[in-house]
Amino acid sequence: MWDNISILTAAPVFNIQLILDGLFIGSTFALAAYGLALVWGVMNVKNLAQGDFVIMGGYIAWWLGKQGIHPLWGLPISIVVMFTFGWLVYVTIIRRVIDKDMFTSLLATFGLAIVLAQALNLMFGPEVQTAESDFAIRSYFDNSVTVADIKLVAFALCGVLAVVVVLFMKNSRMGQAIRATAQDARAARVMGIDTDKVYAFTFSLNAAICGAAGALISMIWVIQPFYGIGHSIRSFVIVTAAGFGNLGGVIMAGLGLGVMEQYGGFVLGAEYQQACVVGLLVAVLIYRQLEMRRHRQVVQ
Amino acid sequence: MNTKRLIPVVAATLAVAGLAFAGPAQAKVEGDTIILGSAISFTGKYSTNGIHAKNGYDIGVAKINAMGGVKVGGKSYKLKIQYYDDESTPLRTAQLLERLVNQDGVKYFLGPYSSATTKAAAPIIEKYKVPMIEAEGASRSLFNKGYKYLFAVLSTSEQYLASSIGLAAEIAEKNGKKASDVKIAMAFENDPFSLDVRAGVLEDAKKYGMKVVIDDKMPRDLNDISSTLTKVKALKPDLLLLSGHSKGAATGARQIKEMKIDVPMIALTHCEAAKITSKFGASTNDFLCPTQWAPTLTYKDKYFGTAADYDKEFKKTFDGYKNVPYQSAQATASVLVWKDAFERANSLDPEKVRDAIAATDMETFYGGIKFAPEGNNIAKPMVLRQIQNGEYNVVAPSKWASHPVNWPRKAQ
Repeated sequence: MWDNISILTAAPVFNIQLILDGLFIGSTFALAAYGLALVWGVMNVKNLAQGDFVIMGGYIAWWLGKQGIHPLWGLPISIVVMFTFGWLVYVTIIRRVIDKDMFTSLLATFGLAIVLAQALNLMFGPEVQTAESDFAIRSYFDNSVTVADIKLVAFALCGVLAVVVVLFMKNSRMGQAIRATAQDARAARVMGIDTDKVYAFTFSLNAAICGAAGALISMIWVIQPFYGIGHSIRSFVIVTAAGFGNLGGVIMAGLGLGVMEQYGGFVLGAEYQQACVVGLLVAVLIYRQLEMRRHRQVVQ
Repeated sequence: MNTKRLIPVVAATLAVAGLAFAGPAQAKVEGDTIILGSAISFTGKYSTNGIHAKNGYDIGVAKINAMGGVKVGGKSYKLKIQYYDDESTPLRTAQLLERLVNQDGVKYFLGPYSSATTKAAAPIIEKYKVPMIEAEGASRSLFNKGYKYLFAVLSTSEQYLASSIGLAAEIAEKNGKKASDVKIAMAFENDPFSLDVRAGVLEDAKKYGMKVVIDDKMPRDLNDISSTLTKVKALKPDLLLLSGHSKGAATGARQIKEMKIDVPMIALTHCEAAKITSKFGASTNDFLCPTQWAPTLTYKDKYFGTAADYDKEFKKTFDGYKNVPYQSAQATASVLVWKDAFERANSLDPEKVRDAIAATDMETFYGGIKFAPEGNNIAKPMVLRQIQNGEYNVVAPSKWASHPVNWPRKAQ
């Protein structure tokens, strides 16, 4: 471990590689986590199938790539397909569990996650897949730092998508309805908002965001039918750390998590890369617990 | 209830029960057919290779039947395989083997796909004292438990990448350096198979006094090894070794390309299963990939002819194969061992057949087959192939090499 830290201090240029890689992948984590925050905040549904939606989006882009459509064009198609899929899932499953207790919705989305992973496995097989963009790869500092253009493009697209979603939530009628429902669903109903439609739209929007994140992940990382769980956990860590209504926090936590994974893998070894994520979740939960205890004492 | 009406019901129930019990006792040999049993993965994460193995079994059985079947006690028997899908879960493999033994009465077995499922199968095989010749479980841990009824035609996993260490030493000495100067970076998945591969590498590296500068273990859901590869850039090793099934090969090949890793020698397992040449093109040139078998090897037998003949016949029989995976070839070889053992035992008694299998010493298109007392095959070495312009060419050991090795590898 100390050997690896001394590499970073002796040749600081490798820090740049780790930070860049972390930021690139972290931006897709943040995107998926924002979708989760939306569904969690508005509908109080904790979607355990979040990561499987992401992987599904990735498979759509990959499959289109195999048919000769560039995966970047696959991105908008993946968004549309996943939006429709999200609507279907809402109508068939989520609508029935939304006003039940927490465990019902957890179980329903957990079941959905298993079914999705197995269905992807049956359709596309268990192999790891990657969507190839065939963009150039640049090297800097005598090949010590390499940046694939597709990662830059993906990073920029994540930013654009985040801005679009924010503008939509702020300015459109549906966006306002979603925010109103999140604040107080009953009051929103009294004001004439069709909350069922708002829920359906929110859930579909989340699926569409996952579709976008997945399409980007298939281009910069790899996808496999059973990799959804890792992405679900990351989304939960980010949302737990940042809170629901806090887009800035979600972005910071997402990017931070990406960078932390890279440093964890470098310093402690690849076997601890994902352990870092779970470790962070535990740390965040403990911190929140302490914070709440302090709050309770004040109230007493 | 009317007793008269009850009698036929009871009689029918007894009859059905009777049939159910009478059936299996004869099922291991039905008329002139010997039934081999196999629970193998048609669905789930091992399904691709499971089906490769099934195709290998099927072509072997078809060949033997076409050549007159198996002769035991002056009578010719045909072979037939009873399959079940184990869904790639070891627990299911064990259940299905119990079913094959107890309900279907099968007494002779072919293996499942993967070390994990074979590990689950072995105790059942031992419990019922029925022999299994497996072709797809390479983990060393299968052969140190004292199993008596488990035999494997393939080389065990610690040999997979060990040959690359020998090759690196050879090249270092040719260039006027010492073998002990070679620096090794390695990343292995944290699972029984890959850790076996790692153990073999460490053993050989220690023999030459080589230094291991990176020794990372990759998680099961591995989708990123860029931090390990950044370390590789910093420490500039002479040899990079990767093993983590198909996903390790795919992730590794992609990120080696993306990060322009220029280690002079890179060796990884499962190149073909992950289809890295078609996915990542020229960037995979000069990768070294170990294999159990290659169609250019000079082995031959009376059933299929040479390794190249087998390759041709397999491609003709099954559509969609550009390369014949070694998983299929070794599956076929295990069927050939069954025929050979039945005929030498000249009996259908599982005990006698087991002893005949243990005494096997034969040459097949797949390589020599001779079992150690522990059940693993000691007559066939692993070979190392190098991807040269998109083709897999055998480069080591030198006895089997069809092409010289390209060294050093250049990042492309």
